[in-house]
Amino acid sequence: MRDLQHVRPYGDTFDDGMVQFSFSLPIPFGEEAKEAARQFVAKMGVLEAQVVHSENLGEEMTFFIMYGKAPYEIDYTKIKVPKVESPVMDFYEINEFIRERIGRKIVVIGACTGTDAHTVGIDAIMNMKGYAGEYGLERYPEIDAHNLGSQVQNEEMVKKAIELHADAILVSQVVTQKDVHIPNLGELVDLLEAEGLRKRMVLICGGPRIGHELALELGYDAGFGSGTLAPEVASFIVHQIMKRDLV
Amino acid sequence: MASKLYLDPELIAKARSAASIIADDVAQFIADKTTVALERTVLRLLGLDGVDAEYVPLPNVVVDHIHERGQLQDGIARFVLNGMIHTGQSIQELGEAIADGSVDLLTLPIAKEDEIAALGRQMANLALETMRANREKRTHYLQTLGAGPQPYLYVIVATGNIYEDVIQARAAARQGADIIAVIRSTGQSLIDYVPYGATTEGFGGTYATQENFKIMRSALDEVGEEIGRYIRLCNYCSGLCMPEIAAMGALERLDVMLNDALYGILFRDINMQRTLIDQNFSRMINAYAGVIINTGEDNYLTTADAVEAAHTVLASQLINEQLAFRSGLRSDQLGLGHAFEMNPMIEDGFLLEWAQALMAREIFPDAPLKYMPPTKHMTGNIFRGHVQDALFNLIGVATGQGIQLLGMMTEAIHTPLIHDRQVAIESANYIFNNARHLQDELEFKRDGIMVNRATKVLQEAVSLLEEIRVKGLFSAISEGLFADVKRAVTGGKGLRGVLIRSSRYYNPLETELRAELGLPSIESLLHTSTAFDEGSQ
Repeated sequence: MRDLQHVRPYGDTFDDGMVQFSFSLPIPFGEEAKEAARQFVAKMGVLEAQVVHSENLGEEMTFFIMYGKAPYEIDYTKIKVPKVESPVMDFYEINEFIRERIGRKIVVIGACTGTDAHTVGIDAIMNMKGYAGEYGLERYPEIDAHNLGSQVQNEEMVKKAIELHADAILVSQVVTQKDVHIPNLGELVDLLEAEGLRKRMVLICGGPRIGHELALELGYDAGFGSGTLAPEVASFIVHQIMKRDLV
Repeated sequence: MASKLYLDPELIAKARSAASIIADDVAQFIADKTTVALERTVLRLLGLDGVDAEYVPLPNVVVDHIHERGQLQDGIARFVLNGMIHTGQSIQELGEAIADGSVDLLTLPIAKEDEIAALGRQMANLALETMRANREKRTHYLQTLGAGPQPYLYVIVATGNIYEDVIQARAAARQGADIIAVIRSTGQSLIDYVPYGATTEGFGGTYATQENFKIMRSALDEVGEEIGRYIRLCNYCSGLCMPEIAAMGALERLDVMLNDALYGILFRDINMQRTLIDQNFSRMINAYAGVIINTGEDNYLTTADAVEAAHTVLASQLINEQLAFRSGLRSDQLGLGHAFEMNPMIEDGFLLEWAQALMAREIFPDAPLKYMPPTKHMTGNIFRGHVQDALFNLIGVATGQGIQLLGMMTEAIHTPLIHDRQVAIESANYIFNNARHLQDELEFKRDGIMVNRATKVLQEAVSLLEEIRVKGLFSAISEGLFADVKRAVTGGKGLRGVLIRSSRYYNPLETELRAELGLPSIESLLHTSTAFDEGSQ
């Protein structure tokens, strides 16, 4: 039986605590740089910190690859991660659900907003052809899906939501810089609140750095990470519409 | 050189001839039109710079001064040259006087036509002289310092702060980069003016301003002299200010420019008439400045499927080539774009990618093709990403690509960190060096997977070009034949800035550039359907 109350990283032996690092320091390359990196990682509490590689980046910058042993442990039995909890239906079930329970087509708009130009995420969910064998929302006969593309500003999103009478808004954030995705996601919530629209819509965000918990904190109804497929998102939307009586 | 892919030369000739007719159509359509951006470019090349009290660039102030009163169809040059003759002021002084309201160009008496023309010719030649001097300086650097072998290692910097960009760019040059591209701030392509001065705030990139160009140019010259290799500088001559950025680049000696109207139409929803007119003038400037342009076909595969849509990339490259010839660019200035974008889980996907890259090489033997790394199928798994980039690099060297835009293993996560670039450059150098002459050693099976793939893509491209030849490029785009994106002829941003030229239209820069580049005069384009065919080679 594994001891899940005292979990440490595993390299090749239980509890060896093996972790790897790679980072740069703004100091000139050399023995002093390696020692600085070693001390830096040691300061994080890592034992037996070792610089296994260092590289001169030029401009008095040095890159390091390091290994060390982490003495800390985690109690896995106490971990709680909020997850989207609605039963996932398939393509046919979702369309039937909309026809029978909602009784009209639902409108979903999606975009990669703010500075992000990477549409892989929103395309995977929305494109006709879909992703990994699952059709995207554009293929759903009972969903009127509009993919607005990339670098859509929040104001534009709100304008489109009003114009198209959106039931749900999907926001994708893939590549960000200096965490701009967080204020950007928050801004959309503020704008929708200001327009009095927030309560009338299902608001969802997704992307590799987005989890359900962060989404809830930011004022979204759900957050989906990478690898999510269209039926998971569509199922959540239609259940929310019923649950919140947005029919 | 015999085709290793056994491509049918007649089929290639057929594709080129269809593309040539498509490009002639476009050239004729744009010949009698101008845009606000094109007119602002004329002012910049005549020497106007700076901003007014509200930070509006003076080229915008002066163009709007005429445009708002409905006279821009005569061309801005006539009014400004006339203003200079009457006030005795320099163009800069005149621009400032217009901005503060002390001069109104439309109330001045009109000078004699030949007096205006003489001043126009003289000032246009001065601009051309500056561009020529920059071109010669580049040649001098290339002769004395030299450059790395192709494929050139192209990396981006994108901090938002030009001074931080300089640190990253200089480090990248020391690490082995040949081309530094400064990514622009998000949304710059959609603003209808060029920001002014050095900038330290931008999102996902740094504003393209003339001062920022100057700062980066001088930093790269300095580091290039130190390490003994000329470092090329790249920026983005696209969006609503396309020709203005070409002019700024020509004045500050940029070497490489993204310059593709189709990209702006499809991915930035810029009006197609506006951007094709702007593109023609910007490409004439780039041609004269000796700039290598990059086109954006690689992007088609981020929205459309890389296996199914490969022929749209080739068709677009052929159209872009013909459009480029009509703006005076030479083959060795055409960094036509394509990309390594297949789903990595496809069996033999590597063979298909290789076949397509080699096909592009064989069809455009003299072009410094721009090969783009995997982006669509990159994930948070940086270790797999590094391997994907390695396969991409192997094809790059094995098919003799001109410009290798290095993939970053963190592509799907963030704009590159300083060591992401180092790891990418190190890997590319290792693979390029280790497999330098691989291409000379290889021949391919006549009826093998690769030969069949290339043949199929070429055949499909020919059919697509024939279809576009019949319906025209504008309709083809509006039907979504490229990248699965549909755009209307009168839709998108910037249409309001398009004007039909009056019979009095005058643009001394265009006249002189066309003459210098050996292009037919605008008048001849307007009156005949030319059989201009530099393209067939």
